[in-house]
Amino acid sequence: MNLDKKIATRQSYGEALKELGKENENIVVLDADLSTATKTEIFAKEFPNRFFDIGISEQDMISTAAGFATCKKIPYASTFAVFAAGRAYDQIRNSVCYPNLNVKICATHAGVTVGEDGATHQMLEDIAMMRTLPNLQVFSPSDDVETKFIIKEISKITSPCYVRLSRLATPVIYDESENFELGKAKQIGDGEDATIFATGVCVAEALKAKETLAERGIFIRVVDIHTIKPIDKETIIRCAKETKRIITVEDHSITGGLGSSVCEVLADEYPCKVTRLGINDSFGKSGNAVELMKYFKIDADAIVELF
Amino acid sequence: MKITNIDELKKISNDIRINIVKTVYNAKSGHPGGSLSCADILTVLYFNQMNINPQDPKADGRDRFVLSKGHCSPALYSTLAKRGYFDESELLTFRKLDSKLQGHPDMNKVPGVDMTTGSLGQGLSVANGMALASKMNSMGYRVYCLLGDGEIEEGQVWEAAMTASKYKLDNLCVIVDNNNLQIDGDIKSVKGLNRIEEKFESFGFKVIPVDGNNIEQLMDSFDVAKMTKGMPTAIIAKTVKGKGVSFMENAAEWHGKAPNEEQVKMALEELEKSI
Repeated sequence: MNLDKKIATRQSYGEALKELGKENENIVVLDADLSTATKTEIFAKEFPNRFFDIGISEQDMISTAAGFATCKKIPYASTFAVFAAGRAYDQIRNSVCYPNLNVKICATHAGVTVGEDGATHQMLEDIAMMRTLPNLQVFSPSDDVETKFIIKEISKITSPCYVRLSRLATPVIYDESENFELGKAKQIGDGEDATIFATGVCVAEALKAKETLAERGIFIRVVDIHTIKPIDKETIIRCAKETKRIITVEDHSITGGLGSSVCEVLADEYPCKVTRLGINDSFGKSGNAVELMKYFKIDADAIVELF
Repeated sequence: MKITNIDELKKISNDIRINIVKTVYNAKSGHPGGSLSCADILTVLYFNQMNINPQDPKADGRDRFVLSKGHCSPALYSTLAKRGYFDESELLTFRKLDSKLQGHPDMNKVPGVDMTTGSLGQGLSVANGMALASKMNSMGYRVYCLLGDGEIEEGQVWEAAMTASKYKLDNLCVIVDNNNLQIDGDIKSVKGLNRIEEKFESFGFKVIPVDGNNIEQLMDSFDVAKMTKGMPTAIIAKTVKGKGVSFMENAAEWHGKAPNEEQVKMALEELEKSI
């Protein structure tokens, strides 16, 4: 597997939106003065009449998207994850999820890999908050190909969706021809020494760890959980039964995130020990994104150290 | 159906008030004060102004109404029942387990409710989205959004006001139910809220101040709003909280409580006499 080519999933998002805009004229895109960073500008340039810059008012943006959805439009609303899931939480809860409106919230700049902007901009709780909301489906793609699939595929379902995207350019993991299914985790490799459940930017780290460990005769499998909700219980339980250790890794708080999601499934169905890598009850900090992944022990080295 | 006879509309708004009182009494909870203050506004919208059809409540081209002050659901439910969206007997289920008439309006349960509301401050943004969609598709429908005056203390209302103005949403009409009272008292003492007309004017709205309990003035102001081009309209409706029931009038304590048996008798007697 060649992991040299890197693209940030926010870039993949912008490109996917442009393609989607050509295919479906009901797609409208909203942003809150961050279109150059969230990459919705790519759509905006192509379809200026279907792009709405709501300004620095995320709550207004989410509720406006809800209004569009009541009139059969398919709004994609974007800002940084900290402002979408955090600042506009009540709007997502009461104006989108409770009425079950077809709004796609695509939140970029999730996690500590935002980098230099620091703690105020590093959203570490969004998976936790979003997955507790009824009706909402939650996605956290790991690379360019998977992101493009998810962005297009969610236009075909009428549920509200939250998609967690990244600022950091990360390796392209999958071939263009790869097949995905919403709600179905991607298993990479079939090692039996451990399963690494990873999501978002951490999937590529898990794959690097897999290669390093293989050189030492330790064989692990990596499971890319791109759909956090509804979670793929079947794959999680099967892997727990088939492998000796279970590890989770995420650029998110270990409270309520992927690790918690996996633990909930296993507690119900197949109790076993789980090691969770993630941000442990702390805020982020400024720094280079790659350095931060190392600092917070969510990179390949941190996984390798567990063995 | 468009009723233009003022006396007939007055009779309808009084019937709606009677049902508001009965509905809240029966549920033993709810919000009578703000519901009574906006009964005339809803009467004019649903019986004189809006292009709607109770037999086809989801029609693409219908006018939309967003009750941003969702706690005044007794007023909306009583109006929708009167207009024929559902049977008046359902009002007796208000706030009860498994009723479609939830404490705050649910668009997926109640025919005629265009948006689920309850958390204050969000309705104007939603109305903007509807109005933008109308313009994109050249559908020509209008969008009405009723805000409470206390509600405009929410910052999102002003975010939305900027958006409405930026996009020149002349198919949008905001109505502020300006009864001057919120739960903790007078809007001026609770939040220093004043000069509502000037606020909306400075945000780029055509502003029409009216007596919000006067059917004729309301009809005229909605007609002016329809003719206004290039900007959204805000009708600042001066109303009386608890209007029509003397002991509830201008009393903040009637914001969110139900009358007891004796009180409901008095209230209904008064309303029935005023027809």
